[in-house]
Amino acid sequence: MERLRQAQLQWQQLLSSESGRGWYMPPVAIPPKSASGSTDPPVHKIPGKRRTVIARHGPYQSEYHGISKGYQGNSIRTTKYTLISFIPINLFEQFHRAANLYFLFLVVLNWVPVVEAFQKEITMIPLVVVLTVIAFKDALEDYRRYRFDKKINNLVAKVYSGKQQGYVDQRWKDVRVGDFVRLSCNEIIPADMVLLYSSEPDGMCHIETANLDGETNLKQRQVVRGLADQGFEMTPEKFTSRIECESPNNDLSRFRGFMEHSNKMRVGLHNENLLLRSCTIRNTEEVVGIVVYAGHETKSMKNNGGLRYKRSKLERRLNVDVLWSVVLLFVMCLTAAIGHGLWLSGLKDPPFMIPDDTSPVLAGFYMFWTMIIVLQVLIPISLYVSIEIVKLGQIYFIQNDADFYNEWLDSTVQCRALNITEDLGQIQHLFSDKTGTLTENKMVFRRCTIAGVEYPHEDNARRLELYEEQDWDDEALPASLRKPRPRMQSLSCNSATSMNSHTPCDPEPGHQGDPQDTPSPRHAAFSSRMEKEVLPDPLLLLKLNTLSSPELPLLDGGGDASLEITYIVDFFLALAVCNTVVVSVPQQKQHTLQIPDVPRTPLKSLEDLKLLFQRFGIPRFTSISPSGAETSPGGNNPTRFAQRIFSRTSAVPPPSMWMDARGEEPQAAGSRAEQAGGGAEWVEVGPVYEAESPDEAALVHAARAYGCTLRARTSGQLVTELPGIGRLPVPLLHVLPFDSTRKRMSVVVRHPLTGEVVVYTKGADSVIMDLVAPPKGDAQTPEKHRDIRGETQRFLDEYAREGLRTLCIAKKVLEEEEYETWLKHHVFAETSIENREELLMESAQKLETGLTLLGATGIMDRLQEDVPETIEALQQAGIRVWILTGDKQETAVNIACACRLLRHSDRLLTANCSSKEACEVLLADLRAVIHSSRPGPGLEEKAGFTLVIDGQTLDWAVQDGLEEAFLELTQQCRAVICCRSTPLQKSQVVRLVRDRLGVTTLAIGDGANDVSMIQVADVGVGISGQEGMQAVMSSDFAVSRFKHLRKLLLVHGHWCYTRLANMTLYFFYKNVAYVNLLFWYQFYCGFSGATMTNYWVLIFFNLLFTSAPPIIYGILDKDVSADTLLQLPELYQAGQNSQAYLPSMFWFTMLDALYQSLICFFIPYLAYAGSDISVFSFGTPINTSALFIILLHQVIEGHTMTWLHGVVLLGSALFYFAFTLVFSVICVTCNSPANPLGIETRYMSDPVFYCVCALTTLLALLPRVLYRCVRNSLCPSDIVRGSLLDKLGLDERHARIQNWRDGRTHAGPLLTTTVTDPTLTGGHFTVCSANTRSVLS
Amino acid sequence: MMASSYNAKEEDGHHSGASGPGGGTAVKSKKPDNTAFKQQRLPAWQPILTAGTVLPAFFVIGLIFIPIGIGLFVTSNNIKEYEIDYTGIEMSSPCFNCSQNFSWNSTTPCKCSVSFSLDQPFESNVFMYYGLSNFYQNHRRYVKSRDDSQLNGDKASLTNPSKECEPYRTSDKKFIAPCGAIANSLFNDTLDLFFIDPNGTRTRIELVKKGIAWWTDKHVKFRNPGGNNLNLTAVFIDTAKPVNWRKPVYELDTDQENNGFINEDFIVWMRTAALPTFRKLYRIIQRKNSMTPTLPRGNYTLDITYNYPVRSFEGRKRMILSTISWMGGKNPFLGIAYITVGSVCFFLGVVLLIIHHKYGNRNNSADIPN
Repeated sequence: MERLRQAQLQWQQLLSSESGRGWYMPPVAIPPKSASGSTDPPVHKIPGKRRTVIARHGPYQSEYHGISKGYQGNSIRTTKYTLISFIPINLFEQFHRAANLYFLFLVVLNWVPVVEAFQKEITMIPLVVVLTVIAFKDALEDYRRYRFDKKINNLVAKVYSGKQQGYVDQRWKDVRVGDFVRLSCNEIIPADMVLLYSSEPDGMCHIETANLDGETNLKQRQVVRGLADQGFEMTPEKFTSRIECESPNNDLSRFRGFMEHSNKMRVGLHNENLLLRSCTIRNTEEVVGIVVYAGHETKSMKNNGGLRYKRSKLERRLNVDVLWSVVLLFVMCLTAAIGHGLWLSGLKDPPFMIPDDTSPVLAGFYMFWTMIIVLQVLIPISLYVSIEIVKLGQIYFIQNDADFYNEWLDSTVQCRALNITEDLGQIQHLFSDKTGTLTENKMVFRRCTIAGVEYPHEDNARRLELYEEQDWDDEALPASLRKPRPRMQSLSCNSATSMNSHTPCDPEPGHQGDPQDTPSPRHAAFSSRMEKEVLPDPLLLLKLNTLSSPELPLLDGGGDASLEITYIVDFFLALAVCNTVVVSVPQQKQHTLQIPDVPRTPLKSLEDLKLLFQRFGIPRFTSISPSGAETSPGGNNPTRFAQRIFSRTSAVPPPSMWMDARGEEPQAAGSRAEQAGGGAEWVEVGPVYEAESPDEAALVHAARAYGCTLRARTSGQLVTELPGIGRLPVPLLHVLPFDSTRKRMSVVVRHPLTGEVVVYTKGADSVIMDLVAPPKGDAQTPEKHRDIRGETQRFLDEYAREGLRTLCIAKKVLEEEEYETWLKHHVFAETSIENREELLMESAQKLETGLTLLGATGIMDRLQEDVPETIEALQQAGIRVWILTGDKQETAVNIACACRLLRHSDRLLTANCSSKEACEVLLADLRAVIHSSRPGPGLEEKAGFTLVIDGQTLDWAVQDGLEEAFLELTQQCRAVICCRSTPLQKSQVVRLVRDRLGVTTLAIGDGANDVSMIQVADVGVGISGQEGMQAVMSSDFAVSRFKHLRKLLLVHGHWCYTRLANMTLYFFYKNVAYVNLLFWYQFYCGFSGATMTNYWVLIFFNLLFTSAPPIIYGILDKDVSADTLLQLPELYQAGQNSQAYLPSMFWFTMLDALYQSLICFFIPYLAYAGSDISVFSFGTPINTSALFIILLHQVIEGHTMTWLHGVVLLGSALFYFAFTLVFSVICVTCNSPANPLGIETRYMSDPVFYCVCALTTLLALLPRVLYRCVRNSLCPSDIVRGSLLDKLGLDERHARIQNWRDGRTHAGPLLTTTVTDPTLTGGHFTVCSANTRSVLS
Repeated sequence: MMASSYNAKEEDGHHSGASGPGGGTAVKSKKPDNTAFKQQRLPAWQPILTAGTVLPAFFVIGLIFIPIGIGLFVTSNNIKEYEIDYTGIEMSSPCFNCSQNFSWNSTTPCKCSVSFSLDQPFESNVFMYYGLSNFYQNHRRYVKSRDDSQLNGDKASLTNPSKECEPYRTSDKKFIAPCGAIANSLFNDTLDLFFIDPNGTRTRIELVKKGIAWWTDKHVKFRNPGGNNLNLTAVFIDTAKPVNWRKPVYELDTDQENNGFINEDFIVWMRTAALPTFRKLYRIIQRKNSMTPTLPRGNYTLDITYNYPVRSFEGRKRMILSTISWMGGKNPFLGIAYITVGSVCFFLGVVLLIIHHKYGNRNNSADIPN
């Protein structure tokens, strides 16, 4: 018990910092997720700045103008520039880049007469080109934004006009604060408005926030309290109330203020009264609201953050090398300056010197700057532009990879960050979320325990296994063949005539495609068949059916049995009502079901209940639970039942029946196609649940399988159907929504059968278990209760071990007076304007005490397909995989087993401790354990250890002093599993590992709780799945499945890295090789800064003649084929170790460049020395050879040659020749003094010229070719071996890969040792058994 | 937010099903095209440099380079060249006196003559060069100091030359034509060649002074101002001669086709040399007939009008006589280099062959096929 307490305490502490994982969401908040993680927005106290809003056309016209003067209109402008400001602002922004500044500096330098090297215009060319390219890109982007803005600003909404005394069409941009806006179904909200009127009963309104956060489930909004009740007439002229609210801020989940009516009465305004701009009205015929924030002051616009800029590892490395280039430049210039000074000092007025009285020292100083201009190309300025282009190209190819395409979601990979593609190839640590990332996040009810009795739901388990195969087959189907899932719930407005839900609000007619053809896009709301169809447990069904069976009276005396029945009924009732699920029926007139006229029958006791059952249950509902029929003592014949169910002549049975009927014989489902066809109709009729989290939906569906169907829901009432009873109205008194602190939610209802006020609570087991207390009064129950609690805990542990997500269900019966007292507090809290959240929380906590435990559920979340294979491949690629999850330890370990992160042979090190000291000792002990059991030589050292650490311990471990030990420990482990970790901890761990170990990290997750981790990691990957778009929005890459990570990293990551690394090195090489030619010439021109090259050619050489090939290679080069990379994940390690771009590689390349430039200069020099060659003629063979050398060097360094490469290489060479030839023909007096007239034509018709070029080119490239082929022959790198494999036929390749594999993984299995530690307070040890695995995988 | 989220959708190609202004466009599958280009499956040649793949290339290069090298070497060796330094550094040199007292403006030319003998006859056309050493015609500021427009006959530039010519832009308040340091430092030694018959008579050897400049320079780049106006004196009336010149530009030659800016000596000088030691074509000695060599064996005298000072920068002046071939002047370097590189390649080919046989097979048995 002590241990349990401890765990609970820890759990609570964890929970206090965790926020919305997603299994239930507050019903009205948009994403509470935005408040998650370390980036909590500062709490906005309302007594800060306020704004007052009064109706624009209301009675206080004059006052209106005074108040609203400072408020922004609704037009938006997201563009950065206007036509006029484009050039100055864009230039200003561009000159924020150091590279551009450097070039500007050079241009300015060239204007200084004493150091001027070239004509002024020529130095400006690179800068102008770079600026123009970037400006063009910016302008294009901005223009696109401008068009969007314009489109949005010109959307039309119905706005109240004072002149016409009615609602008229107005463009969005003309909407002002204080305007009344009337919206119909499926219209987009133009500005943040307070909801004043809704055509729905109770003033409800539904909005879809997909445009805001991608969640497609509906959120409820509520008319301002009081207005709906009074039957408020929406005549803006008479609207005398004034609204006081917070100044505009970006907190989507919070809105505070009050409305002051003319009688000075104040009504609080909350988030549920606010309609947010860019959301869509759904399922509500008409709403009216008053604009409070418009345009850029709306919450959605305030949330419009800019793109984040991450710097990749390679880029950091590159910057270091750019600095080295600067050093090199400095040295070269200094050499020239000193040389010039010395040279000058030895001369006395020669005829070739232009007389001036500059001293040699000063001349040397000037020369330094001149040389900086001359050798400017050494700083690879074009590299930055090229890298940007290359990354765009790489992203283009990643996004076009058909393997990432997900038929089901019709989505492919999204690259949101444009500048870290190469980091994908260098990942060393991978941090993965569990739920929704490794698993499907398709919650399926698996089993439950009620009143201490476990119902294993064997059939259900079998069914799930069956679906597994089916489902994955399903996904292989092309989208067009699959039946689209219609989204029924949001279409059923009276005004909407068609079923197409995706385009009803399209402002531009004619754009509507055929929505029926579209595969269903992602949505959180709908559940697949697998989630909906739950096979009831026979025993439980039997018990439940006693309700409707005639034998019920027999149970009269049996206290235990009847108690159990009440538990069961309450349990299912709780499942059905304790949620925020929105119910809708597509083909009915109203989307949210109207409450049918069910007479409320207040019943006082269980006796009465039974009587009631007897009275009107049997004749009508005898066959309600058909699947239990065969075992039912009533002896219903299943065949007869089926006949009845499927006979078309009979009256339409209750919709839930179909579910049950289907559930009856799942294995026969295929053979009864025609019946299924008949059944499909009913499904359309049946209620459709839209839950904010998959867990909720799963539970409601589970309840429905047992006949406890949630039929309809309004703000004040729920309609449920109970087996054997039929439809019952359940007055809904309160919903205490889920929040991450409480980690539970409750509903307060009036029990339909007993009439008592009942609180149903569902929440995390640790929380609920703490709140459970024996019900007072009843004498026999304490022991019974303790039994139930103990048993339930036992089952909970079992569920967790099985990898199920557990939830506890509890209830509490309130005395009327008790309720009244609480109600008073609660109403106070609700209506209070200040501190509303705090008071509400307090009120909820007050209510949720002394609960009676009903039972617990186990919800299964399947692993995604190919997860084990992917994890295995990633591990083979040398990536350390960590799982960070908020789940329980057992669940986490189990999933880890299932996805083969843990292997049979692995040893599990569990770290759970209660204090920092204990933690310290434990870490040391664990290290000792690893040390002592270190395998002998020849075996891989780190194999076999997996650390499991819980959130509490993690907290200690990442603190000062211990993190070293912790990291050291984790370094010894193959995998680390952090369970029960909060979002903050997740990001802490990632940051710790990233900073301390200096490794490249990748975080992958799908939910809002992963956002901080995704942002911290070097590469953040979001899974666009069930949990909304938060993770995707903050990610750098978004994929739809975990398995895509494999190709993304192993193939694209590897390619991107190799390509970019090679290109970067090549750029350095190219610049150094070329610039050194100019440098060597200085030794023959008195260090005077003269060049032997035509200035145009000099500038264009980098800019035009040799810029395209590296870009093409950067985008398209492929060292190893995708196939081989996937099959040999080991090849990934080359990127991890930065093998393609090590510092040594840089210097090696520099040396090669130096050598090549020496050859390229001195061969022509020796060939022409002493001859009558003129300055710019001398440059011709040098330039031409340099071009050949540089292009051929690219071919040697590249790995592939496609026709595209060929075209570009050849094109570059031809372009050079064409340019120089044409230039030398037409340029008569231009470009003085480097007038090229006649030079090229003369030399290019000279055989010696070609002899020189051939010799130079060959000799320059010889060492590199030699090095490459000797290296590749003597000790080929893995990459080379991999690419050699590509040349083989398919079969042989497979055989060789197998060989390679076998040669590498010779490590034998290790002994399994349980590591127990005396300081462990809650250590568990789990062996991955075949049993658990089969359940999960 | 909204605008950006729409943007994002467009960019990402992601449809969330939202029926916003961005999302309502005709829906089509986002599935990427399965083309070889987009899926990066273009047929490619994958050059992997291994000993096995490269060694044939080495042999081939060796086999090609060595013959070319031999050809170049032989050609270069067949070129006859004679060089004589007439700077007059040493006391014994006949031009010593001239080199000592020098002034750009001396009116009395200093003359000296140098005798030499040719051991072998020069058979074909002989090119006569003057060579300068340590003369940095490629100095950055020197190279710039000219006005191509002026030299191209542009009237406006004639009387208002480019600033680049400073300080040789004006003289006596008149603009200099041709302006600039290059023109100003025009080589102005006169060389005459005499054949000394065994009987002692001096025969003047005819030196052709036309055809020494590039055709493009003579006919396109350099033009006298005033078009076909033959009266150059009138054309250049408003200009001053370069400071160091003895006579104005329109008196460079009596032949109007070789006078003014299109004087070929001038054009040759204006094409600045690439390296501090250079030669420039001075005259051509044309072969009279196929029977007699252009320059027979025997003694010669070179008469020099010594005008050009080189001692201030420790320069040297040379006169070079050379026959030329298709590969230009005598230069054994290329031939030797070709032979060397060819041999090295051949040798490396052998080394690679050994490597290939020793290691290529080993790799073959493990992983590496060839």
